Parts: sequence; structure tokens; C-alpha cells
Amino acid sequence: MKKRPSLSIARFWAIIIKEFIQMRRDRLTFGMIVGIPVVQLMLFGYAINGDPKHLPTAVLMADSGQYSRTLLSALKNSDYFRFVRQIQTEAEGEAALARGEVQFVINIPENFSRNLLRGEKPTVLVEADATDPSATGNAIASLRTLIAAALVNDLKGPLTYLAGSDGPVALRVHARYNPEGVSQYNIVPGLMGVVLTMTMVMITGLAITRERERGTMENLLSMPTRPLEVLLGKIIPYIFVGYIQAGLILVAARFLFHVPMAGSILLLLLTTSVFIAANLAMGITFSTLAKNQLQAVQMTFFFFLPSLLLSGFMFPFRGMPEWAQIIGEVLPLTHFLRIVRGIMLKGNGAGEVLLQLWQITLFALIVLAIGVKRYRKTLD
Amino acid sequence: MTDNLVIDVRGMTKSFGDRTVVNAIGLQVRRGEVYGFLGPNGSGKTTFIRMLCGLLAADAGEGSCLGFDVIRESDLIKRQVGYMTQRFSFYEDLSIAENLDFVARMYGVSNRRDLVKESIERLGLSGRQKQLAGELSGGWKQRLALAACLIHNPQLLLLDEPTAGVDPKARRDFWEQIHELAGQGLTFLITTHYMDEAERCDRLAYLSYGNLLTHGTVSEVIAHGRLTTWSVTGPELNELARRLRGIEGVQQAVAFGSRLHVSGTDAAALEKAITPLRLEPYKWQQIGSGLEDVFIHLMGNSKDNF
Repeated sequence: MKKRPSLSIARFWAIIIKEFIQMRRDRLTFGMIVGIPVVQLMLFGYAINGDPKHLPTAVLMADSGQYSRTLLSALKNSDYFRFVRQIQTEAEGEAALARGEVQFVINIPENFSRNLLRGEKPTVLVEADATDPSATGNAIASLRTLIAAALVNDLKGPLTYLAGSDGPVALRVHARYNPEGVSQYNIVPGLMGVVLTMTMVMITGLAITRERERGTMENLLSMPTRPLEVLLGKIIPYIFVGYIQAGLILVAARFLFHVPMAGSILLLLLTTSVFIAANLAMGITFSTLAKNQLQAVQMTFFFFLPSLLLSGFMFPFRGMPEWAQIIGEVLPLTHFLRIVRGIMLKGNGAGEVLLQLWQITLFALIVLAIGVKRYRKTLD
Repeated sequence: MTDNLVIDVRGMTKSFGDRTVVNAIGLQVRRGEVYGFLGPNGSGKTTFIRMLCGLLAADAGEGSCLGFDVIRESDLIKRQVGYMTQRFSFYEDLSIAENLDFVARMYGVSNRRDLVKESIERLGLSGRQKQLAGELSGGWKQRLALAACLIHNPQLLLLDEPTAGVDPKARRDFWEQIHELAGQGLTFLITTHYMDEAERCDRLAYLSYGNLLTHGTVSEVIAHGRLTTWSVTGPELNELARRLRGIEGVQQAVAFGSRLHVSGTDAAALEKAITPLRLEPYKWQQIGSGLEDVFIHLMGNSKDNF
């Protein structure tokens, strides 16, 4: 029997040295290895906040008495609510909620001050957009205390009795769109966007780098073809792949998680194609920038991370600082989440959807333009 | 006369960083000619070909290719050029038929189906058209690549080391096909490292480190080298070669199988230099210099810029 060769420190060392040299040569990969944890730290450390405050709130004031004004100014000074505007009709409040412009509509009824003085415990109605239950929970919990504390200064002396043990006013909260606060209703539709972002960007991210690595790019470039033909030609087939994924998630949403479908599924599917195309365009543009497949995968991850964390999928969008929200507004996933949740839970129609869709379209066009510009027609 | 020139370029230059890879090369290739492009690895052959078909942007240079401006009209040139890359560059995960069909669509040929079918039949691959290109042997890959380059009926074929790694029989068949096509009016620019292939070209150009050292027909290139060569047989040729290389008048002593070729540019000086060594058991004989002697001589005189 032959003796097996023993482990050699020299060979082992040779491999170590080679790996270090190769690591040093691939600067971008090395940069990403350093960059990704930094971005993760920034996002998790600064951008994410599970207890969102300053939630936009509209107030419908049917009463102009003293106590309703006190209430309004208390709201304006509160941590959880950010007064954005006063509205005139319930329909206006409804629309603002559907578009996602406000998280709450607070309805102070007619004769609020008079009824309060009469000890009739007037009812303050709060309509909350509860698609994401975690965004509204704490704010609603604080509301009762807020109202009582606001009125305590006004209700002094002979009026003290009105403040009573269970407060001077009754509070009724309507958790709209997701009354039971089922978090799956929020997460499952959102997952559709997350899965599409991840896979679509990756698929086309590899498209050009693969041609380059396999040597087929030289051949492709020697043929009479335009960059747009190549890029669009590589995008379109994967829209079908995206639809398969979207279909799977929608079926699961319906039959496994029983997520309601309040709006039109056709509208949702139409919108999805734009979103898929935007992600594919992002991927193909990464592909024109990356030198090899590994770099393309890393760029995908670099894009996916903020998409996941800043879009409002994992954490309430409104809980983030302004800079994070600005980044979030650029990402297609942010707008797609609003669309999916809007259609499935709120029953939004084309009007509300278009408000978000144009931003996804703009993103896709800009990114594709960069890709076309960056696509090298020569091997230089 | 000029309309008969398929390639007519001057001063083609390309640098990567501060390294000039192609240095002001001019080249004229006539219609129906098989033009050989020779030179050591890294001499700029591939770079020059890539500039011709618009795969690389030239830093300087002018002229025409197929009647189009070589700098500005590369899109038009691409339509009529077939470029066969050094490394197999068709899709290994597509079948033979699918690859040909793709290329035919890219060039927008009419009667695509017929052309693809014809092409497969000509290849003799009718029974295997569904086989993946990646599963083919080197020789078959080369044939497929040539067939794919021909499918859009180009006027000019640029073949970059088409026979590298191909067995001798396949190489011979390949060259027969080339000459047949050239007879039909197709023009070829072919890079190669093989001397037998170089000798089958109508004309040659020899590049070294970006410079065009010589060009012309085989006999012109040899005459241009002005080399006198002696062939020696006998024992211990390595030892003899080592001694010869140190002698003035001997510019090269190169082993060719069991013979040694001793060459110099000054016939008289060479003869004088070898006289003391013309002893038994060595057999000396003056021969006509071959292409290889000339190329080795050219290569020895040019300076490596890497």
C-alpha cells in the first residue's frame, strides 16, 4: 500500500498567499465585503425604528368650541401624531387614507364642546390605516391618555367631575383595512414585492456578465446589434418568470393565509409587470457595471438590503428618519408595497395606484438609460 | 484597382494604457484572397482584427473595409463580415441548430429556415442538430463556428486562430474549405501559428509586438528576409548549436527535428564562420531558407515590449 502524502505547510501556505493576492486584485468585491456591513449597520442602527412617531394625521373638525381646539393643539404637540391638515368631509378623509397620505383621520363630532360640558361623553372617532398593525398600535394606545391629559387643564374647579374615572370623552377606533390586526395581511402581499426584487435583479444581474465570462460577448458584439435590443431582449423573458413567482404568492396569500383581495386582481397583475420590469432593468444595469458574476451578485445584495429595510416591508416606513425615507422613496419596492397593500387590503383603484406607479416607471426608465449608456459596444 | 481591395487601411493604432499593442499598421487585402496573419502571441493580431470589425475602437488610423469607413461605419461593416473568435464563442447551452438559428436571426437573413437546414447538411450534422454545442469536440466546434460565420453570406471572413487545438485531418479539411470559398470570391484574413498553414495563404503579413515587419507572398517574404541557411545533420546537435551561436556571422541555429538550420544574413560571413566546423561526422548542406527560418529571424530582431 502506498503511503498517503502528508499535509504540507508549504502547500497550505501557497494556497493562502494565492487567495490573498486574488482578493486584493478584485477591488470591487473587496469593497463590497467592507461596504455591506457598513450599510447594514447604518440601516439597522439608525434608520429602523419599530415605534414610529409623528404619524401624519388629518382632523375633521365639525365643532369649533373651546375643547375641540384644545384637543387639536394637543395633537399638534404630541409625539405620535403629526397634524398635517384639517379636512371638511368624511369622503376627503377616506381618500387621504386610501392614498396613504395620512395614517389617521381624527373625527371630532358636532357639538363636541357642548356635549362635553353636559357630561354626555362625546365620542371622538379615530380612523386608522391599520394595514401595518405595528405602525399604528402604540399611537392608538397613547391616544386615550393624550386626550385626558389635554383636557385636564380645561376641566378645573367645578368641571373636574367631567374628567371622571374613564375620561371626559369616549374614544372609538376604527382599525381600517385590517381590523383584526393580522400581520400576515401586511406581510404576505409585501413578500410578493420582496421576492420579486431579490430574484429579478439577480437574474438579469448575471445576464451580461455571464456572456462576458463565457466568451460569448465577443461574438454577440461582432454581430450588428444595438444595446437596447440586447438589454430589452434579456429583460422580457424574465417578466414571465416574475409572473410565475407573483402567481405563486397570490395563490398562497389567498388559500394559505386568507389575505383578503379587496381590489381588482387584474389591476394588481398589470402593475406587477411594471414593477418586474423595473427590477429587471436594475439588474441588467448592474450587469453592465459588474466585471464578473460575483460582483453582479454583490451589487444585487447591495440593492436588496435597503429595499428590504427601507421600503416599509420589515419596519414601518414612517418610523424612519427623513433621510431614510428619502432613500426609501426612490426604491421601487416602497411604491410597489403601497400598491399591493392598497389593492389587496384597501381596495384601491387605478387612481391611487397611478400615484405610486409613475415613480416605479420613472425609476425603470432612468436605470435602463444608464444601462444602455454603460453597455459597451466594444471590448475596450 | 482600389475597388478590388476588400481591406485597405493605414496607420491603425491601438494602445492599452501606455502599451502600444498595434502600432500604425497598414494592410491591403484583395478580393478573393486568403491572407495569412502571423506573429508570436501578443503581437497584436487579434487586436487588429477586432479593430477591423468594430469590436475595439482604434486610437488612430483610417481606411476602408468592404468599402465602408473602418472607423465610422463599423455597424455596416459588421453586417458583411464573419468573425470567428479564437475561443469558441457560441452558446454551449444551445444546440447546433439553435445556435445557427440565433445567428441567422441576428443578421436578419431572409429564408432563415432553409439556410439553417442547408448549413447543418453541409456540416454533415443532420442527425445531431439537437446536440448541445458544448458537447462537441474541438474540431466540430470549429466547424460549427465557421458555419455560423458563413450563414449571413459575408464578403469577408476574419478567422482568429481557427485551427488551434484541431487535429491534422480536420485542419486539412478546413483549409480545403477555405480555398473553395475563396474561389467563390470570399476574402479571408486568417491568423495562425502553423507554417504549413502560412504556406497555403496567397499572401502573408508578419507582426511582432505591434509592428508589421514584412508582408507579401511566401516567396516575397522569404526573399525579403535575405537569409542564407545551411542544414546540418549529425550527433550532438545541441552542443553544436550552442557553439555556433557564439560565432560571428551566425545569427541563428535552430533545431528542425533531427536537423539544425544555421542562418545568417551575410552569406560570405556565414560560410566563413562555419568552415572550421564542417567536419565529420556532420553533414552540411546549403538549402533555401524557409518561412520559419525567416520568421525566427524576424522575431529575434524585434524587441519584446511586455
